[in-house]
This record gives sequence, C-alpha cells and structure tokens, in this order.
Amino acid sequence: MSQHNGEMTIAIASDEDVVPARAEGRALASELGFSKTDATLIATAISEIARNILVHAGSGRVKLQPAFEDRRYGVVVEANDSGPGIPDVTAALREGFGTKGGLGLGLPGAHRIMDDFEIETAVGRGTTVRMTKWRGRDELERLRDKQRAGQ
Amino acid sequence: MAVPILKQGDYLIATIQSALSDSGVLKLRDDLAERVGRFRSRGIIIDVAALDVIDSFVARSLRTIALTARLRGARTVIVGIQPDVAVAMVQFQLDLAPLETALDLEEALALLDQRNHVAAQR
Repeated sequence: MSQHNGEMTIAIASDEDVVPARAEGRALASELGFSKTDATLIATAISEIARNILVHAGSGRVKLQPAFEDRRYGVVVEANDSGPGIPDVTAALREGFGTKGGLGLGLPGAHRIMDDFEIETAVGRGTTVRMTKWRGRDELERLRDKQRAGQ
Repeated sequence: MAVPILKQGDYLIATIQSALSDSGVLKLRDDLAERVGRFRSRGIIIDVAALDVIDSFVARSLRTIALTARLRGARTVIVGIQPDVAVAMVQFQLDLAPLETALDLEEALALLDQRNHVAAQR
C-alpha cells in the first residue's frame, strides 16, 4: 500500500487484499463527506472491481484518489491489471454475463451505481476501469469553506 | 479468521465477526455442512451484522451455504443485514433468494421454530 498526495494504491494479489481496498475507499468517502450509504455503495463497487481483477487477471492494483471541484467532491477509483482484457465490453456490462464465481452483477452493478464509468481494455494486454462517485456541494457548504479560507 | 459456530438446541448459530475473505466464506460453507450432519441440526442462523459490504461473491456464497444446508435437511436464516448494506444490495440487484432473512437473532429463532413446527404437524 502506498500513499502520495491523498492518492493511494493498493496491490491486489489475493482475496485478502480486497478487504483493505474497500476499507480505504470507505475511509476516503467518509473524509470527503459522503453519507454512510454512499460510502457503502463505493466500498461495494471497489469490492466487485477488485474481485474482477483477481478472477480474470490474477493480480493488479486499485488506485483511490480524491477529486475536488467547487461544486462537487468525488472519489475516483482506478482498477488496473495486465490480464487477458475484455473482448466485448458491452456484453461484460450486461447483467448475468460474468460466469466466474459471481452473479454476473459485479461490473454492471458498479457501472450503475458510480456516476462516471469508463473501461479501457485491449485483448491480451489488460484492463483499466476508472470510475467516480460524486457528491454535490450545496451553497451553504461552499460559503462556509470560503469563509474558513478567508479567516 | 474462522467464524465461530454455536450449537443452540436444534440450531446452529454462526456469527461472522469481521469482513470475510473469500477463503473464509468457503470454509464457513464446509464447516456448516459438516456440523449439520454431526449435530443433526434443523436450522442455521448466520449473523452478518459485522459485514460492512455484501458484494456479489458474498451473496452467492450465502446462497450456496443455504442450498447446501437445505440438502442436508436444515433451513438457513440470514440476520443482521445493516441498513446501508441493504440499500447497496438493492442497488446492485443482489438477491439472496431463496434464503430467508430476519431482523435479528430472536426473529430468526421464532421463524425457524415456526417452520419446524409446521413441518412437524404435517
């Protein structure tokens, strides 16, 4: 596990690594002011994506990163492996497609609950899934931050 | 870490204490299937209150445990799904069917008693 500028990379090499990956994701979400329910959704998405790495590629890494914008804060999750790649991304995002040990709901589920979701994949070279969940910041929160910064 | 399994009359109670690794889930399945036979248990209660995430692998594993136990003559009830975990499971469309669920241990015991009582009357 390594940390740099609020960015954290967790190596995924065995099923034991899935637990810390989602715990770090939950911690980051809470730090950024996400609700407990949203933090659980993010942790579940990380769990599914990390498990995909294990099942299909054997090993890889999950990178967690905060995103700060004036009107919203985000948790950016990037899962990367050098596995076989996904030949048909559209099919992989369809429910019931996956067969290796899951319900075929992992990738479609993560796709559904995260706000931004993109897959880069090349057969024989690997897969990168980049997904972000955003939390809107209302007027009051932004005003308070500005006041605090001005003090 | 192994999941402790307590025997309570005709039932087995397994309390998951912390986030389970995949191998932990599989060990729990095997332990329960074995003990159902050894203690001639009629029901299993699995307490998942300590699980902060139930993803598709865990959902599938719980179903496998229940189906395995059913073939060995025991019913399984899952208790203690946290509110935020329940929300996430709905969002991910994770379904535990045909598993039965109850809010807590007390409800689960009542449910198993009722099921076994109905079965005994037939």
